[in-house]
Amino acid sequence: MKTGFVRELLGRSDYAIIGEIVEPKARVLDLGCGEGELLEWLAKHKGVDARGVEISSAKVQRAIARGVSVFQSDIDQALADYPDQAFDYVILSQTLQETLHPRQVLHEMLRVGRKGIVAFPNFGHWRVRLSMLFSGRAPRTALFPYEWYESPNIHFLTVHDFEALVQVEKLVVERRYFLAGHQKVTAAPNLFAEVAVFLVRR
Amino acid sequence: MIVASSTVRFDSLSLDSGAVLSPVEVAYQTYGALNSAKSNAILVLHAFSGDAHAAGMSPETGKPGWWDNMIGPGKAFDTDRYFVICSNVLGGCRGTTGPSSINPTTGAPFAMSFPVITVGDMVRLQRMLIDWFEIPRLLAVSGGSMGGMQALEWAVSHPDRVVTAIPIATTTRHSAQQIAFNEVGRQAIMADPDWCGGNYHGKQPPARGLAVARMVGHITYMSDDSMREKFGRRLRGKETFSFGFDVDFEVESYLRYRGSQFVNRFDANSYLYITKAMDYFDLTAGNGSVAAALERAQCRFLVISFSSDWLYPSYQSQELVRALRSRNRDVAYVELQSNYGHDSFLVDVAEQTELVRGFLASTFEKLS
Repeated sequence: MKTGFVRELLGRSDYAIIGEIVEPKARVLDLGCGEGELLEWLAKHKGVDARGVEISSAKVQRAIARGVSVFQSDIDQALADYPDQAFDYVILSQTLQETLHPRQVLHEMLRVGRKGIVAFPNFGHWRVRLSMLFSGRAPRTALFPYEWYESPNIHFLTVHDFEALVQVEKLVVERRYFLAGHQKVTAAPNLFAEVAVFLVRR
Repeated sequence: MIVASSTVRFDSLSLDSGAVLSPVEVAYQTYGALNSAKSNAILVLHAFSGDAHAAGMSPETGKPGWWDNMIGPGKAFDTDRYFVICSNVLGGCRGTTGPSSINPTTGAPFAMSFPVITVGDMVRLQRMLIDWFEIPRLLAVSGGSMGGMQALEWAVSHPDRVVTAIPIATTTRHSAQQIAFNEVGRQAIMADPDWCGGNYHGKQPPARGLAVARMVGHITYMSDDSMREKFGRRLRGKETFSFGFDVDFEVESYLRYRGSQFVNRFDANSYLYITKAMDYFDLTAGNGSVAAALERAQCRFLVISFSSDWLYPSYQSQELVRALRSRNRDVAYVELQSNYGHDSFLVDVAEQTELVRGFLASTFEKLS
């Protein structure tokens, strides 16, 4: 896979990165998998054993109808049932900021999976900072398009925040990717990355 | 499409109770065609009062099969792609050996001398039928309610014969409430003086008891919402109360009608035997836990429950799904929104169709 170039995958740059990271035939669990687009792609192109968890009944239905093994559950409950190290990769694709107990989720995902892939929108991006600075209101940008009372995001974190949590948790970061649109960001990611993708393990 | 049942006879069947039935017959129907690799066969499993007539029109009654909305060309179980088999369960009264069959040693109906049967016995007989078809592995075993129990039993007792299992609106074991409703039905039958200890053959059958049992059953298959919608407090063909105990309300009329219809097509002793088999079914038995039992299962699972089903509530399906997860089995699960109660899997099939179709197609493509 070429570095410095992110292929478009289903219109989401973090999906493209995840598509690069996951090896063929891996066992993959996607937390908050939506309609299972990423899992379907991974199953088709990488032959992975694809499983997913999703809370929305309508999305689960569409995922199952497209042939992906998804079950309806909240993330905390779903992880608790799995045995240790049941998966090669556990994916949290722009979901961490929506969970009630992100730290617990991180713990659990690295119990049931050998490695975790965490992708999240960077709240430290300059547009977010400017939005808040000039409007004096909860930031609204392309990345955070919601009114505060409608947002599914209940925890806001920056690239630095996640790096700090990784320190506290004594996790190993195997790879980190910073993205702005479909470009990789090389300098000052906390300011310029819209989305960060971390590959972590214990 | 007119479909009639066929019957196969086997020399003997050993039962969980230790008894042996000899010979034993099984009635079945098929839809679609078996492919040359014999990899497209699906066994559909009927619920408590169903029979082998799952799809098409019956030449006998002129009625569609119990899952006709799910089985056929372009439907969930697409007969343009798959070969679908449905057989009447052991202990039934629609062509498969049961308590109303003739006991070859006496020349009279078995009645209560019929051995007690289990869901495991039902599945053992189905396996003999699948062997007879020389089908090495079933693409799917699927059914709702008691049909779901059989699907689960297949998955754990014949893991090498099943590629996927689709248990719908079912449980790994009956709760006290489920056993209680069955017991009310059994007591209604046995309290009918016409039951005569089961020896009513050639005489007046216990029609009143069986009808009451069915009325109770029908209540449990519907939901509060669906009954309100269907009947409300509407009166039947009158403007005011009769101030008596004839039919006043629509719902009374409906239940009486369904009860009396049931008597024409169902054997009272079969009611006793089959409900007992459902009550005995328990995946934890001899295994310690549901999860330990499911350790043996190797197939892919699609589990479906319905929001308004209070007879087989979603928590029972979720218990199954959690046990499968704890053994890292491949399981898809969703609770579908429906107002039709336990009957949802028979009547509200639009979403269920999409799920089953996609699930089967993705598995079948991987096979071939």
